[in-house]
Amino acid sequence: MATKKFMYVNRKAPYGTVYALESLEVVLIAAAFEQDVSLAFIDDGVYQIAKGQNTDGIGMKNFSATYNALGDYEINKLYVEKESLEERGLTEDDLMPIVWEDEDDDWAEKPSIRIVSRAEMADILADQDVHYSF
Amino acid sequence: MAMLHIVNKSPFERNAFKSCLDHAVAGDSILMIEDAAVGAVDGTVFSSDLKAAMADKSVYVLGGDLAARGMSEDRIIDGIKVVDYAGFVDLTAENDKTQSWV
Amino acid sequence: MALVVNGVEVATDEEGYLEDLSAWTPEIAEAMAKEEDVELTQEHWDIINFLREYYEEYQIAPAVRVLTKAVGKRLGKDKGNSKYLYSLFPYGPGKQACKYAGLPKPTGCV
Repeated sequence: MATKKFMYVNRKAPYGTVYALESLEVVLIAAAFEQDVSLAFIDDGVYQIAKGQNTDGIGMKNFSATYNALGDYEINKLYVEKESLEERGLTEDDLMPIVWEDEDDDWAEKPSIRIVSRAEMADILADQDVHYSF
Repeated sequence: MAMLHIVNKSPFERNAFKSCLDHAVAGDSILMIEDAAVGAVDGTVFSSDLKAAMADKSVYVLGGDLAARGMSEDRIIDGIKVVDYAGFVDLTAENDKTQSWV
Repeated sequence: MALVVNGVEVATDEEGYLEDLSAWTPEIAEAMAKEEDVELTQEHWDIINFLREYYEEYQIAPAVRVLTKAVGKRLGKDKGNSKYLYSLFPYGPGKQACKYAGLPKPTGCV
């Protein structure tokens, strides 16, 4: 079977709805099929990977740490839209420093987050074979 | 007859919050919960709309929802009051009516 | 389903996984292993401890593929393969080792 390009498009903040958690679980399950997987964080989706999330006050599981495990699942293309960050008064520094370890480079840590413009994001989305929207 | 408006949708994703601001009147209170909590952050494309509303309305945000989304209290708009669940209950009791903008 | 450890009843689900992650003790792992006729050695504990640390850090139980790779990196290439892991946990390293470690069933493990 030829490898296909799978894109998971995340557009919602975490916790208020179940979309973010569902997306993450589907991504982890689908990782077993060894396809070319990318994640896009657009609009409120950027809050999913904001650093310093603390859910003690709302009694829900804080699943933000799990994004740091994506590298272990060979998922290391996390595209974040620059305009979406700016509209929300955020910068890359407000995001978790998600990395992956390159086995072929003595397990060197490399960044998984790639900040792209809205125009670049449009091209990246157009380049995929399959899209899942959350 | 003051009213408490409860918003739970992000102002960046849907127009429910904008619609709330367009329909609230002077003396009303607005409480941001769940995904709406991100609307409390200053320096966003939405913050000027909320600041304009704050001229004659009281605005609150549920602290737990803000923290859950990684937004610390020091980055919210000056004048927005952070409340906990007990404060949420107090607001519903203090106001004559409540309207949710879902 | 319940497991009795040192006279105390420990709640598990229908597949034998611990209901409450925070209730885990090494004695519970020993008791679960005994029920399946497995005697836990240091080699078993290396995997169990690794799984608990992984869960603590990432809030998920790793998939078998991830576990295998990570064990190879951490404990040496000779141990980073399914043959070694299956020799320790014949019912499947993901399912069986996660159960002993008190973790939920790995995501994507059907």
